Amino acid sequence: MPLIEARNISIRIPTEDGVVHAARNLSFTVEAGSLFGIAGESGSGKSVLIQAIMGLLPQAEIEGECLFQGQDLLAMSQDELRALRGRQIGMVFQDPLSSLHPYYSIGRQITEVIHTHEDVSKAEARRRAAEMLEKVGIVNAAARLDDFPHQFSGGMRQRVMIAMALILEPPLIFADEPTTALDVTVQAQIMELLKRMCDELGVTIVMITHDLGLLSSVADRVMILYAGHRLELGPAGAVFGTPAHPYTQGLLLSSPGISGPDEALMSIPGRPPSLLATPRGCIFAPRCPQAQDICRTPPPVREYADGSAALCHFEPVPHDMEALSHGDRMADATGAAPLVSIRGLTKTYRIASGFARTRELQVIKGIDLDVIRGETLGLVGESGCGKSTLARIVAGLEPATGGEVNFDGTRLSDVSGQDWRELRKRVQIVFQDPYGSLNPRRRVGAIIGAPLKIHGLAQGAALKDEVRRLMGLVGLNPEHYNRFPNEFSGGQRQRIGIARALALKPDLMIFDEPVSALDVSIQAQILNLIRELQDELNLTSLFISHDLTVVRHMCDRIAVMNGGQIIELEEAGKIFAAPREEYTRTLLAASHVPPRPATPEHRELIATLPQQGAV
Amino acid sequence: MISFLIKRLTFGLFVLLSLSLFVFFLFFVAPGDPARVVAGDKAPEAQLQQVRENLGLDRPMPEQYLRFVTRAAQGDLGFSYRNRQPVTDLIVRRIPVTVSLVFGGVLFWLALGVPIGIISARNPGTWKDRLGQVFILLGLSFPTFVLGMLALYTLYFLPRTAGFTLFPPGGYAPFLENPAKWAWHLALPWTTLALVVAAIYARLTRGQLLQVLGEDYIRTARAKGLTERRVVYRHGMRATLTPLVTQLGADIAVLLGGVIVIEQVFGLQGVGALAVQAVQNQDRPIIIGVVMLGGLFIVTTNLIVDLLYAALDPRVR
Repeated sequence: MPLIEARNISIRIPTEDGVVHAARNLSFTVEAGSLFGIAGESGSGKSVLIQAIMGLLPQAEIEGECLFQGQDLLAMSQDELRALRGRQIGMVFQDPLSSLHPYYSIGRQITEVIHTHEDVSKAEARRRAAEMLEKVGIVNAAARLDDFPHQFSGGMRQRVMIAMALILEPPLIFADEPTTALDVTVQAQIMELLKRMCDELGVTIVMITHDLGLLSSVADRVMILYAGHRLELGPAGAVFGTPAHPYTQGLLLSSPGISGPDEALMSIPGRPPSLLATPRGCIFAPRCPQAQDICRTPPPVREYADGSAALCHFEPVPHDMEALSHGDRMADATGAAPLVSIRGLTKTYRIASGFARTRELQVIKGIDLDVIRGETLGLVGESGCGKSTLARIVAGLEPATGGEVNFDGTRLSDVSGQDWRELRKRVQIVFQDPYGSLNPRRRVGAIIGAPLKIHGLAQGAALKDEVRRLMGLVGLNPEHYNRFPNEFSGGQRQRIGIARALALKPDLMIFDEPVSALDVSIQAQILNLIRELQDELNLTSLFISHDLTVVRHMCDRIAVMNGGQIIELEEAGKIFAAPREEYTRTLLAASHVPPRPATPEHRELIATLPQQGAV
Repeated sequence: MISFLIKRLTFGLFVLLSLSLFVFFLFFVAPGDPARVVAGDKAPEAQLQQVRENLGLDRPMPEQYLRFVTRAAQGDLGFSYRNRQPVTDLIVRRIPVTVSLVFGGVLFWLALGVPIGIISARNPGTWKDRLGQVFILLGLSFPTFVLGMLALYTLYFLPRTAGFTLFPPGGYAPFLENPAKWAWHLALPWTTLALVVAAIYARLTRGQLLQVLGEDYIRTARAKGLTERRVVYRHGMRATLTPLVTQLGADIAVLLGGVIVIEQVFGLQGVGALAVQAVQNQDRPIIIGVVMLGGLFIVTTNLIVDLLYAALDPRVR
């Protein structure tokens, strides 16, 4: 008997704007002892599904049934569900910093689970908590029980979270993006821990993630969600190897890791639909490259002999896998004078804290680096390695503590006053968070035109024309000149950020994690745009990312940073083929790339079922 | 920790010194001749001169200030111009009244405002929440003296005309002599003070708790299978406590410097009433004394709040 049997789950959430259809007609089964993956982009309803099943969304209206060990979770009262939570079903959430209570020690938070469900003494509960913490890899656990969450690193916090979910050894764990907020190397450790713990204790895992690469490496079965619809379901091998739904195909092809460095990424045009009013026919049709007239009617579920099922009118047709070529854009590095030349750069921050003494923190410990004209130089490293600080120093936003930075022959430390204005014109930054980095109260036209205005380069009609030209250049509709940032999606906002940075025709563009806040399908659109602009405008850029696959796709040369130093600097292809440093190898090993999907020659269709509940 | 304390204490002293400098010179340049206040309107010039010499008013300004600060540091705030009593004694005599009024009021308004805020936050958008909001709006818009008058009218005057005494119209009975009588006398002022201030606490609690209940760690608490009660009180209110304590510190400090309106309405001889009389009489030493006392309360409560912060939030430690 499967551990979970979900049938026709539909979830509606009434909001002020209308009813959000977070899930429609979802059915799936999870076998005991397996790892079931639920994948989807933001807004696909994957987290809502789990939380609604667990009774954590009181305002949600749920239909259908979800049998857990034979009992219908959806028919249970809040009290019955509560007795199950923590005891029978453990949960691990995404961000271990915000998911742990900042005011209670970790020991208290873990023993609270025990005391809630069992009648044991305080000492016994503490002993068990320490034992479990030891198991998840917290060194000297008994002594650390009284420490608070902020005293642990991100990875250690997630271990605490896992210990908390597993403390009563529940048969099932829901893990909602358990590794997303963590660095790649830590991600790998946490995933391994989760798998190992569950094997040891015989726990079944349902894991939610947007990371297809990660999922392809661990899941037994997967479900692909899109706007609340189950577009594909099946064994991981079949879904990732030979996806049956065009959306799955598109998602896999959007991952930068599977395209060659000189290929444009396959991207899915458009963006996910609003969940307030979904189209009557196939939900994916508006973005589907294979859509036909019939797609305006509700698609059937097609089941295949290899165990997968897809919600699509068509059997998989050979997809045009030919990648578009960007052309070779490797800059000819020999003999060219570097645009930026960094020698012996150091940066030290003084940290003053409430009670403790001021400490010094050296973030950059002696860096030599050249950025050659016309190249894209990648900076990769985990959080805290100093890559963003380095970029801020190069951009002149922060002074260096020691060493020197030369920009086109000018020493930054010698620049003063008026000259800074000139220099700032030549270096522009595209920031990570497209939501936080645009002023919500200014119109898009004003945001993009601001640099031109500040430097007195254009006014009146000329300014407006230039802004419209820039908007067209980055793929925005110039008509939307007068809109506010909140009327744009995340991907479009990042286009605004790029247009703003391009306005001054800078010599150096710094991209600081430009796509890490975006979904895969949108991420591919933006990466393609950046590549096109680089080719067209012959930009020199510094591209910062924690994501190796993205950097590999975008950059000519890659500098790997660790602990404030550059430990390896090499051409992109070489560094991936033959990494010299141990750390680079660890980084590479930790990043998962989904397999490149193929279309099977022949696939046996065994059933076509009309979608239940569809009109 | 010790160095932090020393830093904050030094800062507090600096604030008090600046405050003393400010009030001292403010009153120096203010119009009106203190000597005339002391000696009376019809006093001859020679007598005024005598008074000035006695009070040291003929000395240069810096010297007067220096003398004032040295004495103030020893607890001597000079003498009242009006009745020649030591200012420190006058103020100290008034403190029990104000302190009784404030701390009783604090208990009342916390007992009223925080639960209303919690109920609102737990049932956002429902009639319970609306009712809470109405309470907040009424509390914020009613002037203190109107509420005080209303309380007097309904709970003292009406029963009185009906022939019995439910509550006294005001006055103060020392706690140590008769605690029951003390509470009976203060019940109306407490209620009035509580009604006015509770609205602020209801609003603060509602806003903060609503925000906290949306946090990820609250979801974690629910996922652990805790009862909703435990989720709200152990996990939600725990995090709401910090902003409440901050607000409470500021409010207590300000009120201890004198609850002027309520003291007037209920005829309580507290620090606020003393300040009003002193202003009417142009009795500068008393005014300066009351201002310094207010400053002292604010500096001390701020220090206490900072220490509480460290006790409440492990991240600050």
